[in-house]
Amino acid sequence: METLLSFEWGIMAPEFIILIVATGLSLIDLFLPKRVDRKIIGWIGFAGIVLAIISLVGLLDKEVTTILYDTFRLDAFAKVFKLLLLAGAALVIVLAISYEPKEGMQEYRGEFFYLLMAALLGAMVMSSSGDLITLFVGLELLSMSSYILVGLRKTNLQSNESAMKYVINGSIATAITLFGLSYLYGITGTTNLQEMAEFLPLINDNQYLYLLGIAFFMVFVGLSFKIATAPFHMWAPDVYQGAPTPVTAFLGVVSKTAGFIIIIRVLLSIFAYIHNGVTQEPLLVNVQIYLAVIAGITMIVGNVVALRQRNVKRLFAYSSIAHAGYILVALATLSVFMFDIVWYYLLAYGLMTIGAFAVIQVVTEKSDSEDISQFAGLYRRSPALAIMMGIFILSLAGIPATAGFIGKLNIFIGAFAVEPGFFVLGSIMIATTIVSYFYYFGVMTQMFFRPPATETKIKVAPAMMIVIFICALATVVFGLFPNIAIDFFQQYGDQFKDFM
Amino acid sequence: MNFPYFLSILIFSPLLGVLLLMFVPKKNDKLIKVIGFCATLPALILALVAFFQYRAGADLAALSERVPWIQFFWFKGMDEQLFAIDYELAVNGFSLIMILLTALVSTLAAVAAIYIKKEWKGFFMLFLLLEIGMLGVFAAENLVLFFIFFEITLIPTFFLIGKWGYFEKERAAFSFLIYNGVGSAVLLIVIMILFARTGTTNIDLLSTLLNSGDSPMSSSMKLGLLIALLIAFGVKLPIFPLHSWMLRVHVQAPPAIVMIHSGILLKIGAYGIIRFAMGIFPEQFTSLAVLIAILGVINLLYGAFLAFVQTDFKMVLAYSSVSHMGIVLIGLAALNEAGIQGAIFQVVSHGLISALLFFLVGVLYERLDTTEIPKLGGLAKGMPLTAGFLLAAGLASLGLPGMSGFVSEFMAFLGLFGEMPIIAAVGVIGIIMTAVYILRAILGMTYGEAKRDFVGVTDIRPIELFPVVTLLAFIILIGVYPSVLSQPLQATLETIMLGLGG
Repeated sequence: METLLSFEWGIMAPEFIILIVATGLSLIDLFLPKRVDRKIIGWIGFAGIVLAIISLVGLLDKEVTTILYDTFRLDAFAKVFKLLLLAGAALVIVLAISYEPKEGMQEYRGEFFYLLMAALLGAMVMSSSGDLITLFVGLELLSMSSYILVGLRKTNLQSNESAMKYVINGSIATAITLFGLSYLYGITGTTNLQEMAEFLPLINDNQYLYLLGIAFFMVFVGLSFKIATAPFHMWAPDVYQGAPTPVTAFLGVVSKTAGFIIIIRVLLSIFAYIHNGVTQEPLLVNVQIYLAVIAGITMIVGNVVALRQRNVKRLFAYSSIAHAGYILVALATLSVFMFDIVWYYLLAYGLMTIGAFAVIQVVTEKSDSEDISQFAGLYRRSPALAIMMGIFILSLAGIPATAGFIGKLNIFIGAFAVEPGFFVLGSIMIATTIVSYFYYFGVMTQMFFRPPATETKIKVAPAMMIVIFICALATVVFGLFPNIAIDFFQQYGDQFKDFM
Repeated sequence: MNFPYFLSILIFSPLLGVLLLMFVPKKNDKLIKVIGFCATLPALILALVAFFQYRAGADLAALSERVPWIQFFWFKGMDEQLFAIDYELAVNGFSLIMILLTALVSTLAAVAAIYIKKEWKGFFMLFLLLEIGMLGVFAAENLVLFFIFFEITLIPTFFLIGKWGYFEKERAAFSFLIYNGVGSAVLLIVIMILFARTGTTNIDLLSTLLNSGDSPMSSSMKLGLLIALLIAFGVKLPIFPLHSWMLRVHVQAPPAIVMIHSGILLKIGAYGIIRFAMGIFPEQFTSLAVLIAILGVINLLYGAFLAFVQTDFKMVLAYSSVSHMGIVLIGLAALNEAGIQGAIFQVVSHGLISALLFFLVGVLYERLDTTEIPKLGGLAKGMPLTAGFLLAAGLASLGLPGMSGFVSEFMAFLGLFGEMPIIAAVGVIGIIMTAVYILRAILGMTYGEAKRDFVGVTDIRPIELFPVVTLLAFIILIGVYPSVLSQPLQATLETIMLGLGG
């Protein structure tokens, strides 16, 4: 007889650690006297994430295990992607600890950290879910926490505005996703992904196939909100601009990674099993062209609109939209290498984006303006900071010897290796990359060529400096020796047999 | 050739200078300059060693290196070599000469860095990085590695132009970046398609694979890839109408960088066309020969005519570069031994001559603050030595027998006359025009009435004499004794001719 204790709870260890730490932190925050610096909470949170990473590493060799009646599964996919989430969150929380804005933050410092942990927990549950219910619960946990995080600077107008926008847009997107999922449930009678996968190939009736097609679009539209692809990207610039910088980094990296995780889960464990009644092609192949079009539009919109931005955070918001487009290219091509490509790109993207936002935070937090001219003469004010920002920008622009380049290389190979090759999509990608040179190197121009407004040196907190340095170092190392990451992935990713 | 990793050490030797410079205080400009200059020497010495040993009969294959590097997309049981990119370096006669040329011009350009006025530390660090990129480009044995080195040249050059250039430096830097970015983007697409479809980027492997009986690509696709390659390298070379960025760079960049730029960076375009376009797609290249010849003649004539009407001496030289690169295309289009040899000779010879001319431009600008021909005049009286060298360089550029320019032009046209006499005949007008515009510009500057007084203007200094004399010596050496180049090139030429089916 199965009891609660007969489940193998050990595979949830990373989630439990995050959960316990987050709950504990909220209590500590409640009872800790007002005068105690809330940074200590942040460091405990950081320790918790590190502990979770360690426990996850201990689980790497574990076979595919499911518990709670297949609603929670620890498979290769979950393991490697969870590692990205945890690493990203660990870096972001250090950003949050060092965040010292001029206004509207002091009182809510404690909340900052445990909400971040809660959001992370949601993302982790998503990556491990084997059931639509857990998938959705994870998604909501992530979204709810993010809404609050965005509005955390309560006396700041922009922060409020962006939180409002985020909530409204986010709820609509969630509703649409849920509506799509309800079709799936209605047709298959189950919310379990594996049972669905067994049932769906049996459907041959065209009527049902249409419904499933609608379900696909609903789900995809709703979820693409999370990764901010065009035309569902309009929220991103406003929210990225208004949110506190560490939250922006969180949204840009962890939340976006989670978005890709859930999209891949849903696409491959549900829609890959639906076959067209006439040609017997999977539904995925039929909708490939739409994915490709969305990827193309996203890359174009992200990169072209970024050209006109003066606000650094907005600029990087558009740049992150463009990067979502690049990753979508890998999804749209549906090559056998898709996981390798997406995983590696998310790794590279996470490192360079967190690094870039860390530098942005250091440069802009003390001033009222986030205008690009804040970067003028950064090389004179802090050579180390400027050079490392240079590395991030080169990597974002996809210049060789950086991780971003290898990531793009991967995407190209994937796009050209399938038959017929996605030559147009590949060309759009490279053309928009060139467009991105204009704004990326515009920042470079400010940093290296323009004279600074003040000659004062920039003081960087040691913790920040370490984060920035780690990101820069990893960006270069993964660019020069990408096999370190690729080998790891090939060893533990196991080509995701658990999906097949 | 006696120790392992010879080529890697050669290529990355400037890195030592970069590391040393990190620990030198910013203000100590003398030490920075000395380190910057000395850091270029190991590469030059090693290149010379390799060259002489090769001339003495050593086998260049002994220099090849291969270390496993990146393995994309590996499945259990998959072929180990599929989708693998190795770190592989090798040289043949042609690339060895290019490496030698690069090392030489870099060392001399480091001397020209005396004209840099600020932030020497940053300048030399970027300069040495640029040298690594250039050396690597010529030694890379696979396309991805080539591309990586190729891009490494791009970024330092952007900064070197944008920070240390003249008035419109930022605009020049951006137009350099974007044009070359587009070029390398097209190149990357070609490389990635080849890689995705064949699973390798090794140059030799690709050329055997694609030209064997069961090629994995249709011939129309190969033609498309070749055209893309020509565009990619055409931006670099530059081929008309893709040249406008290069004019700006020539005018705005500091002298040391223009020497490198017109001496080496433009040559990467020619190298790429010879090595990849001809090497990997010989059949398709043959079918485009007429088109390439016409493009070459257009380049030659267009550059020559526009050089004739320029008032700024830098612009004259910039257009003259366009014009001279036309001769490379003309030689290649001939598809015979004389033509291709002429093209390669032109690559080397123009590298030396333009480096010399732009160094002299630096000498002039440093003293007179202008290179406008109407504002100059009577240089021969004020700065006799400089004027003399300028004349010598000009004569080399217009192809005076006994200097390297003559040999290359002669052979290129010899080749083309054998295949397409009419196009060649039209092209010869360009040779005449070259003499006209060079003499107009140089005589206008050196002779005639002095437009200004030369009080307090010193003639060329000993330290400046060193690059000038060295370059001139090489130019004359190749001119009177061409086999110093043609002998090392022999084996490479035979391989190319074999590929072309000749």
